[in-house]
Amino acid sequence: MTDTTAEVLSNGAALGHGPPAGAPGRPVIQIVPLKGLPVVAVILAFLAASIGFNWQWGLDFNHVAGGALWTGIDLFVGLVVGPILGRLSIPARAEFSARFMPKMVLLMPTLVAMTLASGFQLALDLGNLKATSPNHAWLVASFIVVGVMATIALGVLEPANLAVLFEMRKPRPNGEVIAKLMKRFIYTAGITGVMQVGTLIIMTRVASR
Amino acid sequence: MSAAAPAGAADATTAERRFPPVAEAGVAALGLIVIGGIYMASYAPRRAPLVLPVILAVASAVLVLADLVVLSRTKDFAWDKFFLVGRWTLLSYVIAAGLIEFAFVKDHTRGGPLVVITAMLVLFAVIVPLIISFTVARYNSGGPDTA
Repeated sequence: MTDTTAEVLSNGAALGHGPPAGAPGRPVIQIVPLKGLPVVAVILAFLAASIGFNWQWGLDFNHVAGGALWTGIDLFVGLVVGPILGRLSIPARAEFSARFMPKMVLLMPTLVAMTLASGFQLALDLGNLKATSPNHAWLVASFIVVGVMATIALGVLEPANLAVLFEMRKPRPNGEVIAKLMKRFIYTAGITGVMQVGTLIIMTRVASR
Repeated sequence: MSAAAPAGAADATTAERRFPPVAEAGVAALGLIVIGGIYMASYAPRRAPLVLPVILAVASAVLVLADLVVLSRTKDFAWDKFFLVGRWTLLSYVIAAGLIEFAFVKDHTRGGPLVVITAMLVLFAVIVPLIISFTVARYNSGGPDTA
């Protein structure tokens, strides 16, 4: 175990060694913010209705709003927040993550679902997926970029995110485990952030034709 | 994890313990499904040749089955955490897969392509919860190496 595990959380609990006697208790981490679930349900119902009724404005709204937020958050977290987080002390990272990551657990899958489902429907409706369309190759390129990002996000980033939250809920969180998982989160967020630049180039090309 | 272990010792064991590559194989299985999905989507709205997607889906299913067999033989594993996380993530990814299936059905995908897409979505809905719940449970497990 590294010496960082002995560092003390800013609220008084020692990583890997339990809270000192008399220290204020750490706040209980809610892994999935339950208050956000009805909002997610409404958004998904809106998305399903937009697809089901081929509602042009609904599809545009889901794709543009979802895509803008997804791309923006990925870029910001990957290229701005991630490097800052990497330079913070383990307790500071842990405290930030305890408040930040539960929100990401709900936010990102919702934005991804909004963007991809409506985007595929729009591409079909607008004929951009047809082999004869000048946009076809660009859309296939976007599928590949999204496919790589999805594999990284679902297979590496999200499991690390949830594992950190479960670790921090323990009476004696293991600083080494948190540091290892946070490093994974920071690197993968950086990779998906860079790949979002590719998405921006592809989508602006498609919209310009 | 021994109840008599000194403070911090059990956590150190958890961090250092080696597990079978369940998550790595899961990511590989997910990658195969994603490649198959991209291949089929690139043909839309035409009917995609199904040979490659079927091969990818079968290979992915074999990896998932191997994952489940290896995982079932893992000793001193935090099964309570695995199933706790697994059932909720399974629910959320079944909803996500259902939404995608709905979009394909709505777009008149029928016959063989729909069967292949459905199989891929079932695998997707199993693989992601498997990776997530394994990753959470492994850091809640102590004790000796796997069998």
